[in-house]
Amino acid sequence: MADKAILLREQQYHQIKAVLARLRMDSSAKVVFLVDKDGQEIASQGEVGNLDTTSLASLAAGNVAATGGMAQLIGEKEFPTLSHEGEKESIHISVIGRLLLVIVFDERSSLGLVKLRSKQVSHQLATMFDEIAAGDFDDDSPFAGITDEDIDSLFS
Amino acid sequence: MTFINYASREINCKIVYYGPGLCGKTTNLQYIFDSTAPQARGKLISLATETDRTLFFDFMPLELGTVRGFKTRFHLYTVPGQVFYDASRKLILKGVDGVVFVADSQEERMDANIESLYNLEENLQSQGYDLMKIPYVLQLNKRDLGNIVAVEDLAAELQRKGEPVVEAVAATGAGVFDTLKAVAKQVLTELRRG
Repeated sequence: MADKAILLREQQYHQIKAVLARLRMDSSAKVVFLVDKDGQEIASQGEVGNLDTTSLASLAAGNVAATGGMAQLIGEKEFPTLSHEGEKESIHISVIGRLLLVIVFDERSSLGLVKLRSKQVSHQLATMFDEIAAGDFDDDSPFAGITDEDIDSLFS
Repeated sequence: MTFINYASREINCKIVYYGPGLCGKTTNLQYIFDSTAPQARGKLISLATETDRTLFFDFMPLELGTVRGFKTRFHLYTVPGQVFYDASRKLILKGVDGVVFVADSQEERMDANIESLYNLEENLQSQGYDLMKIPYVLQLNKRDLGNIVAVEDLAAELQRKGEPVVEAVAATGAGVFDTLKAVAKQVLTELRRG
């Protein structure tokens, strides 16, 4: 059996976006986004432009999974933060339960500031996500009525 | 795991292509990438060695269309097939919604198929999944080669639970979309159950 589906309601989505928007301002970051540990992008804020956030989300999750695997090999539970510093652009990832908070920043910010600000919102994001993860389908789930024809039509 | 965003009206699901080294997992993804309109798919990311062997995973997001007003997006992943990349394979199975096992039909790869299938069952278990309960398709690839095992014999050895068995030649695209459809259908049917 696959895991239970995660349902992100409209109001929850906007609440998360608001937290990310504030974090982006406070940390002077270019882009801030929240990713599930399985690589699904939950929400993003900032100068997304041509940035391929879907691929970035998947690679960030792969990166955390790989370093987490290394952590376990040396007897650590996981590495809670990862930073990659480039010449101009840098990425900071913090692991918050089953979430990854990914911050892309440049010389307008600093690693210290980004670390500090992400730490400040991590508890709030974790609480919000716990509520989301606890959510379930309503009785009027739009998917309960999916027919075989609906599914077949995707491939026609 | 399936991720449903009511704000952007999107359903996101994760499909993993599993199988022994050089069975054609990446070729499946490459064919889907090449034959899908650019607006329906994202980039094909390949984390591969210099000799094009998958090192960590291949990844491609694919949008299939709309169901009940929700865009259906499938995140397609492959695992590295070579035996010694087992730690990576385990990680990629996290959060999986459906699995395609790509078997190599050549006689000399039978043992590799069996070993990889056993490895899949074990790795799924280590992530808390049960192959018998997860959406699953068996693809018999490389049906165009000369030294292949008969379909019935491959199915007898590799089929686990009456899952759909699709004959394929991934290099030319034969059976590639049938396989994807078979697994996607099961994933969406699971969603209907809640």
